[in-house]
Amino acid sequence: MQQFITDVQIYPFLQHALLTGILASVACGIIGTYVVVRRISYIADGIAHAVLGGMGAALYIQKVHQMPGVLPIHGAIVTAIFAAIIIGLVSLWAKQREDNVISAIWAVGMAAGIIFISRTPGYSEDLMSYLFGNILLVSSTDLWTLAGLDFVILVIGVLFYNQFLAVCFDDEFARLRGLNVEFFYLLLLCLTALTVVVLSTVVGIVMVIALLTLPIGIAALYSATLWRMMILSAILCAAFTTSGLALSYGPDYPAGAATIIIAGAAYLATTTLKWVSTRGRS
Amino acid sequence: MDEQNTPAVFVKDLWFAYNGYPALENVNLSIPQGDFVSVVGPNGGGKTTLLKVILGLLRPTRGEVRVMGTTPEQARPRIGYMPQHTQLDPLFPATLMDVALMGRLGRRGLFGGYSREDKNVVSEALKQVGLYELRKKSFSALSGGQRQRLLIARALACEPELLLLDEPAANLDAVMETDLYELLRRLNERLTIMMVSHDLGFVSRIIKSVICVKRKVLMHPTTEITGEIINDIYGTPMRMIRHNGEGDFSCSNL
Repeated sequence: MQQFITDVQIYPFLQHALLTGILASVACGIIGTYVVVRRISYIADGIAHAVLGGMGAALYIQKVHQMPGVLPIHGAIVTAIFAAIIIGLVSLWAKQREDNVISAIWAVGMAAGIIFISRTPGYSEDLMSYLFGNILLVSSTDLWTLAGLDFVILVIGVLFYNQFLAVCFDDEFARLRGLNVEFFYLLLLCLTALTVVVLSTVVGIVMVIALLTLPIGIAALYSATLWRMMILSAILCAAFTTSGLALSYGPDYPAGAATIIIAGAAYLATTTLKWVSTRGRS
Repeated sequence: MDEQNTPAVFVKDLWFAYNGYPALENVNLSIPQGDFVSVVGPNGGGKTTLLKVILGLLRPTRGEVRVMGTTPEQARPRIGYMPQHTQLDPLFPATLMDVALMGRLGRRGLFGGYSREDKNVVSEALKQVGLYELRKKSFSALSGGQRQRLLIARALACEPELLLLDEPAANLDAVMETDLYELLRRLNERLTIMMVSHDLGFVSRIIKSVICVKRKVLMHPTTEITGEIINDIYGTPMRMIRHNGEGDFSCSNL
């Protein structure tokens, strides 16, 4: 811990890691809240895993066909938006088969990714980094991408706050008030997909799922309104990434995994506390 | 037909089926403006389906629906709808004010916030259902009855000409129920009300007509309700108890 505080003042890679955690918190706080209240975290998980297919394909094209311009994030964006739209359309028009389609996209996406990676010379060991990422290897380009994502999410999130709130709470009523429910639902899924893509290339797929659900799960226990839940989630998210980084640095633990364990422990503790306190009252 | 005589709801030769299973058969209805209709019938008889067809949320297999002289879709801004609260997430993070304000959506452009006028209309609606003091409370902290009243306030916030209510009296205790019907009676002075209820007796003092839905649909003025009609609706023998006062009755299983 002491060492982290002195080193963070010297090393840019640590400053980048710290900033990554804070920038990721803005996106996770807003999108994660919508995902949790609309009860579509399973969709976010499906998209996050399917993205591996796109990353693998992009990497394969880059190495085997010698196209250095093709980056994993490009493959990830295409796959994520594609997966989001398919899942969105299925859940809007064929509700009973939604979970099955999500599972199919999840599994096939990952399998495709693994096949592409196995065919890509010299890159098989990198699979771990796509699953868990490495917050200590974030470049300044990644930081700018993250800041751009935050900007897009903040603008759309503020502009359409009331519309998203209504569609998440009661889509049937929103439709009766003349809202284009399909548009807002697909927009929400595409923003989720974009968040998942940007974050999974930076901090890894598993970390994205953790940050999109655990801080929000805690914030939900203490928030009466949607915007308070977003702010509290973002603060918690920043606290978890920062403490994960600080605590794992000295003993040299993987930072992403440490963050997830801390967030998971906090989630377990707060929900248990809430459960005990409400049981005690009734 | 001039505006005054246009029926609030007009249904002609309507059929509706869920995946080939008929839910409504050959429905013909004409509800005049200013009417107060109670829709009754057994569970699964098609009461909610009928409301959703009138709202245009479900498309009829065949037949015609006109609401205030136009299509359901075009009439929507003039309809206030209260669904059953059980289909909503009880843990959703929103205040009563947030929920009631949804009744003001779609009045302005694509973006944005609510005006001062929106907030005034919503405050008034919350006062009418007796929830104004709780407006900053969380939706999840409400009882079932309070949730229902909130959804009525949200429907009123639409400033409707036609109010469609799905089981507004479920979960209410006797006192709240009396208050609710007093509110609806006052509202009926200026708007048409169509209300689904699982029990028809207790509202007959204020309702003007009863629609009986059990796949087929029959409409009666309240004064015509007899034991045979009730038996017809519910399919089991029912007993009608006549109290003092015209058209005031309740029914129970024999």
